[in-house]
Amino acid sequence: MAPGTLSNYLKSGAIWAFIVLELAFFSIAGEYFSLSDKAFMDFDNMLLLFKQSAPIGIIAMGMTIIMVNGNIDLSVGATYALCAIVLLDSMTWPIFAGLGDAVIPISWALALLTGVLLGALNGLIVWKTGVDAFIVTLGSMLGYRGLVFMYNGEQPTSHLNWTLVDFAEAQFLGLHTATWFLLAVTVAIWFLMNRTVHGRNAYAIGDNRSAAVNAGIRVGPHMMINFMIIGFLAALSAVVFYSESGSVNPNDGELYELWIITAVVLGGTKLTGGSGSIVSTFGGVLAIQLLRKGLAHIGADTSTVNLVIGLILIAVLFLDRQLNLKGKEELRV
Amino acid sequence: MGALSKFEIGGVLARQGILIAFVLFMIAFTIANQRFLDPDNILGVIRSSAILGVMALGVTFVVISGNLDLSVGSMMSFSTIVVLDLHDKIGPALAIPAMFIMTLALGALIGFLVGYLKLNSLIVTLGMLSAIHGLTLTYSGGKNMDIADKAGTWFSVFGQGSILGIPVPILIFALLAAVLGTMLAKTPFGRKVYAVGGNGVAATFSGIRRARVVFMCYLLSSFCVATAGLIQASRSLGSQNTVGQGLELEVLAAVILGGASLMGGSGTIFKTVIGVLILGFIQNGLLLVGLQFYAQYVVTWIIIILAVWLDIAAKRGRLWSPIA
Amino acid sequence: MSRPDTGQTPVLRLENIVKTFPGVRALDGVSFAVMPGEVHALMGENGAGKSTLMKVLGGIHQPNEGQIFVEEQATVINTPLEAKAKGIVFIHQELSLAEELSVAENIYLGELPRKSFGRVDWNKLFAETNEILGKLNVSFDAKARVGDLSIANQQMVEIARALTVDAKAVIFDEPTASLTDAEKVVLFDVIADLKSQGVGIIYISHRMEEIFKITDRISVLRDGQYSGTLTTAQTNEDEVTQLMIGRSLDLSRNVSHGELGDVALEVRGLSCGHLYQDISFEVRRGEVVGFYGLVGAGRTEIAETLFGLRDPSAGTILLDGKEVRINSPAEAIAHGISLVPEDRKGQGLVLGMNCRDNMTLPQVDDLKAGPFVAEGAEVAIFDQYRDRLDIRTPGWRQLVGNLSGGNQQKIVIGKWLSMHPNVLILDEPTRGIDVGSKSEIHNLIRDLASQGYAVIVISSEMPEVLHVSDRIIAMYHGELIRTFSSEEVTEDNLIQAISGIRSDKVA
Repeated sequence: MAPGTLSNYLKSGAIWAFIVLELAFFSIAGEYFSLSDKAFMDFDNMLLLFKQSAPIGIIAMGMTIIMVNGNIDLSVGATYALCAIVLLDSMTWPIFAGLGDAVIPISWALALLTGVLLGALNGLIVWKTGVDAFIVTLGSMLGYRGLVFMYNGEQPTSHLNWTLVDFAEAQFLGLHTATWFLLAVTVAIWFLMNRTVHGRNAYAIGDNRSAAVNAGIRVGPHMMINFMIIGFLAALSAVVFYSESGSVNPNDGELYELWIITAVVLGGTKLTGGSGSIVSTFGGVLAIQLLRKGLAHIGADTSTVNLVIGLILIAVLFLDRQLNLKGKEELRV
Repeated sequence: MGALSKFEIGGVLARQGILIAFVLFMIAFTIANQRFLDPDNILGVIRSSAILGVMALGVTFVVISGNLDLSVGSMMSFSTIVVLDLHDKIGPALAIPAMFIMTLALGALIGFLVGYLKLNSLIVTLGMLSAIHGLTLTYSGGKNMDIADKAGTWFSVFGQGSILGIPVPILIFALLAAVLGTMLAKTPFGRKVYAVGGNGVAATFSGIRRARVVFMCYLLSSFCVATAGLIQASRSLGSQNTVGQGLELEVLAAVILGGASLMGGSGTIFKTVIGVLILGFIQNGLLLVGLQFYAQYVVTWIIIILAVWLDIAAKRGRLWSPIA
Repeated sequence: MSRPDTGQTPVLRLENIVKTFPGVRALDGVSFAVMPGEVHALMGENGAGKSTLMKVLGGIHQPNEGQIFVEEQATVINTPLEAKAKGIVFIHQELSLAEELSVAENIYLGELPRKSFGRVDWNKLFAETNEILGKLNVSFDAKARVGDLSIANQQMVEIARALTVDAKAVIFDEPTASLTDAEKVVLFDVIADLKSQGVGIIYISHRMEEIFKITDRISVLRDGQYSGTLTTAQTNEDEVTQLMIGRSLDLSRNVSHGELGDVALEVRGLSCGHLYQDISFEVRRGEVVGFYGLVGAGRTEIAETLFGLRDPSAGTILLDGKEVRINSPAEAIAHGISLVPEDRKGQGLVLGMNCRDNMTLPQVDDLKAGPFVAEGAEVAIFDQYRDRLDIRTPGWRQLVGNLSGGNQQKIVIGKWLSMHPNVLILDEPTRGIDVGSKSEIHNLIRDLASQGYAVIVISSEMPEVLHVSDRIIAMYHGELIRTFSSEEVTEDNLIQAISGIRSDKVA
């Protein structure tokens, strides 16, 4: 076996082992602490878990590309909120008044377009100015959120369309609409990353940027496309979620970037780029959602969830480093 | 080629770009609204910038040492909530040192993880952002915290008092800036912070104990956060448990605006203070000219990008990135 | 050895290439031609302009004047991609591979075969890759992850990449820097193969043995200028060196000179995992001990252990006869050990800091006035060593990153001399610096010894170790093969020792 293969296997399997561990823990702990007498691994509960994973999961797929590519996007939460506002508000615009339910596809398209544009703006700035993606998206996280607040102040933006709600709450083959979207996005992005030239180039750029440049890969436009993809996915996530809820608060999506980056890092994507897997990110998303649900199941409140997620993120980072240490021969610097 | 002189003029412009932009903003605001340069207004701006400013001082150390601290916002909420809670339980004289010790313990934990265990500071402090937020919610039971007897406590002096007409928050900010500025510029420790951030390997090869330096930077940062929490608690004598949420970004914005490089090794306390004031005055000016409060976010975004862009452009000698 | 037929068209010809950067004329009228089937060495000191020339050829820089001809057609190369399309291929010194990707993806980086919907045509990719790998006779397959391959095999991947295009000229930049002897043989076979196919090869290297073994002609650059082309079969090392430095370098053998002091450092049975094993030696005051060996022989690792950067797995270190344990550079410094590290920019200097602060960095805790750094004392130290080492800088405020390599190295040396060490270790002290500074540093090393310092010099340049050392320790694959006194040592027995050939081992 080639050196490093074992730890690679360990790492790619680790997230699933973690999920099994969570399931076992919450099932057993649930017997003693649960407030309800329903089992944790109840079928409906698991279906709900998938559905609730969708908003973060859909964006996490985009974040995986961004991070494999060697960038980061902190503005996804704000993009998500802004697209939600466009979605709900555009349905009430007078010019679409006579359209009835035909406004739905138009509003969806507008929301998705907004996401793509916001992503493209991030990408364009990263490409053309050469400013680090961390700073660029840190700035737009603030700026996009500012736009959200400027739109309707601190008031929520609401519009319920019952056709949409029916669509969002529908179940097909037992799975909710949101779950189908999550699965479809996962498959699509998996395909993109593993089967297309664009996806393979993303790995190459994140792994060895100068090599990619020398090989003639156009790094700038490539990065911009990835930012457009994550913008699109943030919008799609908003479309899926707010079609059902029908009301967006200007604070919505805050800390999403934290949850999403946690999911992606839990899935084993390297912070420095070049390595990461969509399937493992899917595992990371499930693991986080399981943790939230599981802790709620055994009677812990949201505060504990925040605490535990933060500590797990740090623990994973620590374990990852220990696995990659080369032992005592390492230079002490 | 004429490009050389053009490049040099551009370089000077870019290096001084922030100050120039600042002056232009000030002039524009003054023309737009006479009240802008009013001493009361200026004092008010500095006073409301003090909390952000105090936190930015500590983060400056962390950033120069080549790391990030995204946990200062939620850590500030923690300090505020803890000191308000303990105020009624053990009295302000004990509550303040107790709160400082607890906040410093959190800073020490981060310093240990980033310094001694060499974990990535972005992820560690992102994790701590969440964890400390959870800790605060658990501590407060999810409720807002209020002091029972708001009129009868001397605790309000840190946020509301003034000495010789100058508000105490400004005095604390100025004093801390002077002490930390001297520390960074003049002491062996400050020198080591620059060395560790400039080239950590070379610093180690020069006998500097890098882990210890990083640890101290986070400890200093948490001290500043505790001070900011004290001012915040004292100013309002009651608080939501999310009072510091999002502040980490504004703090980082101020530090970057001041010209510290996120790669580490450059920046000064003086520049950070300028960065803080620029943010404060621009936010204030925008309000005075009638823009709504949240427009400042958008303007801050644009300013951050421009500031960092011009800085990079000056270093590489061309405006646009050479990326194909 | 045959001089290429004059009737042939050169695959690549440069005519009067000039490249300037603000304030520097990096290339100043460089012309030479590479014939098909020729291995053409490009030599020159670091800073002579080789890398700039390669960047011009590779489309990273545009020349200000001059013309590039590919098969006698005037050509403009705007990007690395265009260079490749025109048949100019680089095998880089620092491998430009993506470690997480497969061999095949690396070979076709930037031009993966496509199917509909932007999909990668894996079948075609692997088939073509295996075909190329077959030609190279390698032991790995197209699906292997590049990060799992040895350095030599990674280099084969780069070479395979060169074979994907109709290469007219292949440029090897220091290809043997990290190869074992066996791996070199394979590489030279590949080069011979390319040569027989009529490809023109530019071979950049500092290693004279290799140059004289495999090249047909040698072109030399000096200070950005073309200083001549020699036919390998009709020249010798001296003539090449003359062209490179413009004068002969005095590298006469140093003759040991009398009084040695006490043993300052003694190492007994020191081992560190598989990096090096069972190393024993001693260094006396007033003595220079040279460590000679190939890259990877374990020399730098021994220095790092002595400086507290590595944990030894066995053995003892004695300073002035007392056993010590050194757990960090800070402790090493406290014990009076100084290390001028191998990687000047990465390990020696904080490039964004000024000269003075760099120089006093290890003692900044000791130079205090009250709680503050005593800046006056710092300036005094800087001035003292600037004068002593003849460091050329406008003043101490200058950022170290703006100095030339030689002056940077003198700052590092000054930094450690100012600590007045008991034991001074210099790892590759003259790598990448100009000839003038080089001989100054050699003289300095001899001076230090005569002043009673115990000095260890690690070097990969044989003339340098021969010139400065009183004794020479030859290492091979982590083992101390032999210690030579300056009377015993000859170039021949030194080369044999570092190639692992043992003869009458002397303690």
